[in-house]
Amino acid sequence: MEQLFFFYFALIIAGSSGLVVALRNPIYSALSLLIMFFHVAGLYVTLHAEFLAAVQVIVYAGAILVLYLFVVMLLNLKQDDRYHRQWPVAAAVGATLIVEAVMLTLSRGQAAPVELSGQATAIEGLGNTEALGDVLYSTYLFPFEVASLILLVAMIGAIVLAKKDIGGEAPQSS
Amino acid sequence: MIPLSYYLTLSAVVFLTGLVGVLIRRNIIIILLSVELMLNATNINFVAFSQHFHNVVGQVFVFFALTVAAAEVAVGLAIIIALHRAKSTINVDEFQLLKW
Repeated sequence: MEQLFFFYFALIIAGSSGLVVALRNPIYSALSLLIMFFHVAGLYVTLHAEFLAAVQVIVYAGAILVLYLFVVMLLNLKQDDRYHRQWPVAAAVGATLIVEAVMLTLSRGQAAPVELSGQATAIEGLGNTEALGDVLYSTYLFPFEVASLILLVAMIGAIVLAKKDIGGEAPQSS
Repeated sequence: MIPLSYYLTLSAVVFLTGLVGVLIRRNIIIILLSVELMLNATNINFVAFSQHFHNVVGQVFVFFALTVAAAEVAVGLAIIIALHRAKSTINVDEFQLLKW
């Protein structure tokens, strides 16, 4: 059963990520990326990361992808030839690396199971969200604050970059 | 129980798909979408290892990666809008101001 779910999610994730790269229309690419995000969220649920699955759906599928679609529709693109001139080289390199990675990871066999330490089992007892919040607000409090700073910088940067004539003469409202 | 190597294989496939997408596409929006693919591949890796080692810290890292991805998308799309305003195209071959 578990294997069935994994192979379903893996198949859809690999297929839709291929479609993201291969499709001509950027809107279709963004929509297949949406399908991929939902299936990654499903994969997180099977990995007992329920909070991250919810965050994946809310942030990636809800916010980031809507932003992409908004920009694609705002720019009103013409469809031009899609591939770069160097695509045969890139395809050869990518195919070689994919075959190599798959063969390496599958030939290594299974990783040794780890024994649970005391702290890990304590975390296992709690729910996923509770455990995550426990670690996030104690050990990783400083990175958490830095993350908020990054978001602030991104917000200001996006406004500055996308605004039309910043620093020029502001339109005088009499 | 799914072996860890299956997750690593899936993540490698998705990552390399994103890498090939960055290399071969000319539309800059698709290039950003491919970067998202690569970020998701690393997130799958993090969560798989977090499950394998029974340690929740991997999921914390996914949380931070998600934050950075959101910031990257906001700034990247703003740059795309500025580029489109300057040249009215988003084909990466057209942006060769620094090339001599």
